Amino acid sequence: MKDILQYTLRIADTSLILAQRLSEWCSKGPTLEEDIALSNISLDLFGQANGLLEYAAKIDQSKSADDFAFKRDERNFYNLQICEQENGHFGDTMVRQFLCDTYFMLFYQQLSSSKDENLAAIANKSIKEVAYHLRHSKNWLIRLGDGTKESNLKVQKSLDKVWKFTGEFFEMDELDHLMLDEKIGVNNTLLKKEWDNIVNQVLSDAKISRPKDSYMMTGSKRGLHTELLGKMLAEMQYLPRAYPNAKW
Amino acid sequence: MSEVLFQEKIDKEQKIEPKDWMPEGYRKHLIRQISQHAHSEIIGMQPEGNWISRAPSLRAKMILLAKVQDEAGHGLYLYSACETLGISREELNQQLHIGKAKYSSIFNYPTLTWADMGAIGWLVDGAAIVNQVSLQKTSYGPYSRGMVKICKEESFHQRQGYEIIAEMAKGTKEQKEMAQDALNRFWWPSIMMFGPHDSDSPRTGNAMKWKIKRKTNDELRQDFINKTVGQAELIGLTIPDPDLKWNEEKSSYDFGEINWEEFWSVVEGNGPCNEQRLNHHIKAHKDGAWVREAAKAYSKKQKN
Repeated sequence: MKDILQYTLRIADTSLILAQRLSEWCSKGPTLEEDIALSNISLDLFGQANGLLEYAAKIDQSKSADDFAFKRDERNFYNLQICEQENGHFGDTMVRQFLCDTYFMLFYQQLSSSKDENLAAIANKSIKEVAYHLRHSKNWLIRLGDGTKESNLKVQKSLDKVWKFTGEFFEMDELDHLMLDEKIGVNNTLLKKEWDNIVNQVLSDAKISRPKDSYMMTGSKRGLHTELLGKMLAEMQYLPRAYPNAKW
Repeated sequence: MSEVLFQEKIDKEQKIEPKDWMPEGYRKHLIRQISQHAHSEIIGMQPEGNWISRAPSLRAKMILLAKVQDEAGHGLYLYSACETLGISREELNQQLHIGKAKYSSIFNYPTLTWADMGAIGWLVDGAAIVNQVSLQKTSYGPYSRGMVKICKEESFHQRQGYEIIAEMAKGTKEQKEMAQDALNRFWWPSIMMFGPHDSDSPRTGNAMKWKIKRKTNDELRQDFINKTVGQAELIGLTIPDPDLKWNEEKSSYDFGEINWEEFWSVVEGNGPCNEQRLNHHIKAHKDGAWVREAAKAYSKKQKN
């Protein structure tokens, strides 16, 4: 069960940290409609994270979902590092979101046939939400890429900057192999082909070029992160940590 | 349609619709009131937005984010209602940015602790509801219909805010202190939300005649105080007004003198956060300019 717990935390943390980042957009969107959309996506991701952490709490039996979210240090967080990257400008956020949404879509499609009923159910619910998120981020990427010269240059830069974080989507470590063998987990390596197809098509529609695969960041499966995560957690976790006996 | 016929329609409680004839004063009053209301929803996202990243539980975080998102939605309904009067959203934004249009002064106060999320929901949304419930019957159709929708969500927000502060009031010593402190700081600004006394409110006359407003500032303020005092007592918090007492004769609460000097000072721009709130909005608008331009350029290309 400990393996499933760890596997669940990885998925949960990825949603949680991306949700926390997206929520920073609230009241800062380029239009009111877009402000609402970004909050909506953030809320969906918090909902997914919450469901997964509830499941983690059920497995663990000693901690609550909130304990997992608010009482772990950064070395015990396992989110993909792309999620903790700063929002930057709207184009930076949309590029990050598009790359993640494409991955989420393919990942949850596979996870929905997991032998673990809880993970399969969460995956099935998430697919519906992610399909909408992907349509949204894809359309924005095309709009920005094929909009003005300025917007094209901006999102090209966004893509170049964040590309090195995409390698983590497809990594397989010992735990992934174990989960795959038990028909619980997903074969991340197999997601790459379809991910490439979708990404290449959208980048071409958006008139931006795909960066070369060179150095790729790694380490989140072992709780290694960029320095950005620690500060996010410090902010996010401050109240429950400062008042450990309080209920809110 | 002349002004006489217009007034007859109002007196018969029929709604005025965007294409109906209306006096210029009516149109102007509505634009001012609805846009002020819309801007308040939008600027009001900031003080609560200040705590989204620090909400103390996943549930609290989702509720708060959804609430602030609702406020953006209310702003959207209201801007749309305002646009039916022949003014664009861009112009409305412009008026806010140059200080010509106002928003509710309550949002110029800072949110310092998590208890403020409770106080805002309970008191600020509570005060807004009292006003908005009466505005459901306002004479302008689009505004009235917007209010019906908004009221449903606001009463939800008010209950959520009350739940936060009630939970804290029965919590640890520090939580209780935060709850009382939040009430102390937000009480007076909340009752100032209804605006100056009727005797000092020059525009009330026409607004009542045209049935844009259905109750005066003082009537609304009294309604709010009457329904809120008991809620504070129920959770063991003290309203920071030594003169507050039940008046058997008028079957309503008497309350202390409002500090109008503070009210006008904040309206004039001297509140703790006036500059910050406006700058935040202007910056978001400027930062998003290239995105809006790109979207326009893309859509133009698709049409060609």
